[in-house]
Amino acid sequence: MSSSYPSGQLAIASPWRVAFQLAKREIVRFFRQKNRVVGAVGQPVLFWLLFGTGLNQSFQMQGQSFSEYYVPGTIVLILLFTAIFSTISIIEDRNEGFLQSVLVAPIPTWSMVLGKVLGGTLIALIQAILFLALSLLLVSQISVVGIALSIVYMTLIAIGLTCLGFVLAWKLDSTQGFHAIMSVLLMPMWLLSGAFFPIPDVQTQLTMGEKILRIVMLLNPTTYAVAGLRRVFIEQSNAWMPSVTLCWTVTILFGSIMFAAATAIARTRTAGDLK
Amino acid sequence: MSVMVNVDSLSHRYGERQALSNLTLSVPDGEIFAVLGPNGGGKTTFFRLLSTLMPIQSGRIQVANLDVTAQTHLVRQRIGVVFQSPSLDKKLTVLENLRHQASLYGIRGQLLRHREAELMRSLGITDRANERTEKLSGGLRRRVELAKGLLHHPQLLILDEPSTGLDPGVRADLWNYLGKLRNEAGVTILFTTHLLEEAERADRIAIFHQGCLVANDSPENLRASVGGDSIQIECTEPQQLGECIAAQFGLQPQVIDSTIRLEVPNGHRLVSELMQQFGKRIHAIRLGKPSLEDVFISKTGHHFWE
Repeated sequence: MSSSYPSGQLAIASPWRVAFQLAKREIVRFFRQKNRVVGAVGQPVLFWLLFGTGLNQSFQMQGQSFSEYYVPGTIVLILLFTAIFSTISIIEDRNEGFLQSVLVAPIPTWSMVLGKVLGGTLIALIQAILFLALSLLLVSQISVVGIALSIVYMTLIAIGLTCLGFVLAWKLDSTQGFHAIMSVLLMPMWLLSGAFFPIPDVQTQLTMGEKILRIVMLLNPTTYAVAGLRRVFIEQSNAWMPSVTLCWTVTILFGSIMFAAATAIARTRTAGDLK
Repeated sequence: MSVMVNVDSLSHRYGERQALSNLTLSVPDGEIFAVLGPNGGGKTTFFRLLSTLMPIQSGRIQVANLDVTAQTHLVRQRIGVVFQSPSLDKKLTVLENLRHQASLYGIRGQLLRHREAELMRSLGITDRANERTEKLSGGLRRRVELAKGLLHHPQLLILDEPSTGLDPGVRADLWNYLGKLRNEAGVTILFTTHLLEEAERADRIAIFHQGCLVANDSPENLRASVGGDSIQIECTEPQQLGECIAAQFGLQPQVIDSTIRLEVPNGHRLVSELMQQFGKRIHAIRLGKPSLEDVFISKTGHHFWE
């Protein structure tokens, strides 16, 4: 103890700096957990090998090449799972007690949410960019501007999805709960995003099933993620897709709404906070 | 005497269960204040409300004349909170944990370097600075927790069951440090505990029972309030012996398990009379000044550990 205690002047934390520090912590933690790093590198490589060598040969799709079709879909798959699973750290933080000291700190709730979301977004981006880099070995026609634009778009997608993960994770008290969410929410979100099969086109004669499928797919925010990314990679497509403007609008709107929802839910206390 | 914490008509319920009822108390500036009570007495609820972890349902708390509900942010800047369950990031080193905490309070640059060095030195963790906290013993982790809670030089330090999981030597160190912190830096310290001997270390004790404040005074005054001496008799048939004592001496002994308790003035005389009359039936007899447990029993009519 020194004579300087207590200080007369109270320091004030900048919410942006706090968010940055929280995000940095997520990244440091990520790299210190070897199994997570191995998984993060292994997953894109595995997808690349699988889709690049295996499925490429059997791929038949209305004049589109494999790369045009599967690269954006796989990137969204990687973003979806990594971004949402990165928010498992909220459950860990709560169970390990770390979250308590953040909850009683003099910082606005949004800055804590932003920190978590940026951390998750960066971890997801690392993997998605790794896959993109590997894909460039197969896809030669993408320009530097296209790559830059795709990374910007991937960031927007990852922010929205991490916020969604935050909302899902906040009330959960065990990581097991997350696996249930994966099967009932994430798999359908990806399968019905246009990554796996195209959105049924209104120009053609649609059956009732196809009409319903189209509506469900258009309500799925990941549809716009996949389509928007695909539009960055290819000039035009034979398959029907939402317009560029609509894709970017929906993705930005989805991110904003999810961020607001995450901030609102973070103001509530759960049983796990009160141990 | 200025007041650090002022609690007025504070009540809290979890669904149907009333955890705190109409609690009113104040904590003087610069004191070590214990909130003592058995588990379920309401002290943890009080800790959560005071530490701003949970919103206040009814009543109010002021810290340094700031309202906890209306001025939460300002209160948070002035309090240091040490939780009972660990709040460290195990994957980060001691220093990283401290720096992370510092960032939440806007402490950086020269000030941060100065404070982290000062705290690690006074808590004896400087040589562990670069070790991950998952590798530290429980005692060392508690020191890091304490350093975390003190980084921003709070006026009020709140600790929830600070001795939990610590061995006696480490406990003694902790109390020495807290005493120094109060004496040299003038920090007001409030802690919750279910350990009677720990509460003895406080300048003032608030005793909670079933969500109500049953006593609030210095340990000496609390004991004096019971009056006289405390006699404890151990025997095989406490019920029968208790009745005999009641009939013979016109006293009202309390029988708890295999012990008979008596509170009387001039206990030493009664001890010799009891030994003359019932010496063969008594295994052990103890004469002492009333303990906090006696205080608790006299205020609530319950055994502390019931």
